Amino acid sequence: MQAETLCGGFADPAIQSAHAFRSVMEAMARPGTIHDISGAEPPAPLSKAAGAVLLTLCDSETPIYLAGEADCDAVRAWLAFHTGAPLTGPSHCMFALGRWEALMPLHAYPIGTPDYPDRSATLVVDGAGLVASGTTLTGPGIKDTASLSLPDVGALQANTALFPLGLDFIFTSGSQLAALPRTIEVC
Amino acid sequence: MTDQAYNFAYLDEQTKRMIRRAILKGLAIPGYQVPFASREMPMPYGWGTGGVQVSAAILTPEDTFKVIDQGADDTTNAVSIRTFFERTAGVETTTTTADASVIQTRHRIPEDPLSAGQILVYQVPIPEPLRFLEPRESETRKMHSLEEYGLMHVKLYEDISRHGHIATAYAYPVKVEGRYVMDPSPIPKFDNPKLDGMEAIQLFGAGREQRIYALPPYTHVVSLDFEDHPFEASKADHPCGMCGAEDSYLDEVIMDDAGGRMFVCSDTDYCEARQAAGHRGKDAA
Repeated sequence: MQAETLCGGFADPAIQSAHAFRSVMEAMARPGTIHDISGAEPPAPLSKAAGAVLLTLCDSETPIYLAGEADCDAVRAWLAFHTGAPLTGPSHCMFALGRWEALMPLHAYPIGTPDYPDRSATLVVDGAGLVASGTTLTGPGIKDTASLSLPDVGALQANTALFPLGLDFIFTSGSQLAALPRTIEVC
Repeated sequence: MTDQAYNFAYLDEQTKRMIRRAILKGLAIPGYQVPFASREMPMPYGWGTGGVQVSAAILTPEDTFKVIDQGADDTTNAVSIRTFFERTAGVETTTTTADASVIQTRHRIPEDPLSAGQILVYQVPIPEPLRFLEPRESETRKMHSLEEYGLMHVKLYEDISRHGHIATAYAYPVKVEGRYVMDPSPIPKFDNPKLDGMEAIQLFGAGREQRIYALPPYTHVVSLDFEDHPFEASKADHPCGMCGAEDSYLDEVIMDDAGGRMFVCSDTDYCEARQAAGHRGKDAA
């Protein structure tokens, strides 16, 4: 178990996190597009993509909420060693990690304030496979329309209605990710 | 040798993570200015420290980097920032717009349309479009949150009543996706139409003012105007003296002390490419 905790981080942090961030940024800037991301070997049940996202964006300044089965000793120890991020409940987190069902309900997370809409949580939704079909997306970052397999359209529509407040989502599966910022209309 | 003593792209990893988080929130709320903990950079504030920090946070070793200063690749600011990242990040640099994957710019958008694989990083001196109308940050923040932009329209209206037209020629305010009024940095208003629906990602960094904001690709960006005084992207009414281009933004260059002057493309790469293709203006040697 100790070895599992100490392994699986970026071997070359500056370069690998730069590549990983470009994948995350492209995904956030072009919602619906699916990108490869690699470099991390986190313990189960985290996907490699979720591990790389957390290594790239999280540190001691970013409280994380672990939901459902992601909240296990192996993940806690791995995050503590590699990011130093404090763990917290959903109401005070900057990042939340887990399967979609475990992360519900969405109203538990900070959505920002009218003065500071950026002070909202980013949800890393791990597990469900990503396919560029299903729900239709429109909004900034998308030329006409895009398609992405999304879990619960109703909850996401309610989130979009909060704009400029609201949550931002990063969907991870295997070594792939896609993102859904609050600006995007889903139907 | 000292170059290897720095982390990749100069900044430490924790700083880059903080900037990266701000960039993602900026992309998620287009036009909103995200506060970030701007660092001291090895150059003075006002020389592009915001743009440099954004570039440092997004560069990968495989990138090809271009820097322009008022459109020119060969000014002091452009050359020194290009060299800075050659040394600290080991990236390839170029002056050709089409070959660059990341372009840091001071006060211009290249004439050649940018494509989906490219990222445009703006250096921003004053990110708050309402700052000269309302000096208090607490008030401008409230105005943004309430979408209270009447003051900006009053300012443009006063332009019209005083000059007969909207006299704002650069840093012309825009509205992003019908929500946030944004300062596009001091680009000439000639460049404003290029902001709208651009295929490339646009990132804005203000180092001294500690703000980052962003426009995702294909974002709807409208220059503020009135029905009876529509926005007009203006430029000097001349062709370029060197390459003869009629459609590019021009700098006026004083040639002598007897009133002699010439107009020349501000985008040096665009002008040189046209000259290489055989185009000649009236002042070309």
